[in-house]
Amino acid sequence: MEVTAIKAGIVIDHIAAGKGLLIFNKLNLATLGYPVVLLMNVSSQRMGKKDIIKIENFTAVDTAMLGLIDPNLTVNVIENCRVAGKVCVSTPAVVKGLFACNNPRCVANADPNVSPTFHLHDAKTRSYVCEYCEELTRVNQ
Amino acid sequence: MQLKGRHLISPNDLTLDEIDSIIRLAHDIRQHRSAYADACRGNILGTLFYEPSTRTKLSFESAMLRLGGQVLGFADANTSAVAKGESIADTVRVLDAYADVLVMRHPKEGAPKLASLYSRVPVINGGDGGHQHPTQTLTDLLTIDTYKGRLHGLRVAFCGDLKFGRTVHSLIETLARYPDSKFYLVSPEELVLPERLKQHLERNFSCELIECRRLEAALSHSDVLYMTRIQRERFFNEADYQRLKNSYILDAEKMREARKDMIVMHPLPRVNEIAYEVDRDERAVYFPQAELGVFVRMSLISYLLGVNS
Repeated sequence: MEVTAIKAGIVIDHIAAGKGLLIFNKLNLATLGYPVVLLMNVSSQRMGKKDIIKIENFTAVDTAMLGLIDPNLTVNVIENCRVAGKVCVSTPAVVKGLFACNNPRCVANADPNVSPTFHLHDAKTRSYVCEYCEELTRVNQ
Repeated sequence: MQLKGRHLISPNDLTLDEIDSIIRLAHDIRQHRSAYADACRGNILGTLFYEPSTRTKLSFESAMLRLGGQVLGFADANTSAVAKGESIADTVRVLDAYADVLVMRHPKEGAPKLASLYSRVPVINGGDGGHQHPTQTLTDLLTIDTYKGRLHGLRVAFCGDLKFGRTVHSLIETLARYPDSKFYLVSPEELVLPERLKQHLERNFSCELIECRRLEAALSHSDVLYMTRIQRERFFNEADYQRLKNSYILDAEKMREARKDMIVMHPLPRVNEIAYEVDRDERAVYFPQAELGVFVRMSLISYLLGVNS
């Protein structure tokens, strides 16, 4: 299968196989209005299988969300058909409004004006402390 | 030290020096009450109580009135604009114009933190769900300091609901900051200290944690026994509450196993976890503890309003 290179935009590479569709949905790429390609289960020397997303003429992706879903992926910025830069993605230290607090008694789950905010507790277990109730929420995406 | 204008959401908002200053001033207020009778004249305390409270609410009101200030607020969310669907943010943005300091109790955990993001005046957490209750902690520390003369090197047994018991969470997290603390955690399996808090204590402090199911195992070793109520309102399932509510009952017979100089504390209200016969034991200090709560709140209000000098 062949997919042509893009002239400008971004390529999200080395996505763990199976997580490409999740990223596609979480970033609402279907409604972006730019050409988007989602490749799944592509052969990879390093990973065995991987997913790739290419977005033409658009670079402003939510890197916090990407880091949350897969901190090991790479984001390449493409200009004039060449890689002009790489954006580092890691498990974000602070996450706002991307997932809900696990604690049913937390005010963030009860008040529509609250944007759930979390601080990284442990990158290994991908657990976050809620800014409001201080309970732990594990991200299992 | 500058406490004027600050919020108190968690005991961690205060350094140990600041806690010591609040306790020192509370001792002084207790000894020289008349000297502070006008300290807060012209100031108003706003009480935002979204769930029932007797001790905390009246203790705050008493504290402000004894400082010469005034009090306004609501004690039932159903009689305020909240019943019409007003958000916490909007309520606070209105009430901070009516009062100089606010105290909030709310069943949702983190609600006072949310209020503090919108308030122009200090917000004091008067208890949020099973999360924190910092002024109870200050009360407890003042009580321990009064009866034991120190806050370090203590062996403290916490007994009852350690999962939802916010007074336990706040106090254990604060005592852990003092050197040489040892904690006996006595609870049924279903009501153990939350994992996050346990991890936090083990990672960040040198305190020792010993979990046990039987109260007797901790009694003879403890300087302080902190009893708590199994809280019906924190259970989603009534059957679980019924099964666990009588897990621990402290009576005169058990007190015989305790050290002669141990003190028994309780944030109150009690249901049946301390038999009435224990009230006659001089080691039972839970009623003086409630009284000390007024002095420590007087001290705290004075500091937050900047009238402590």
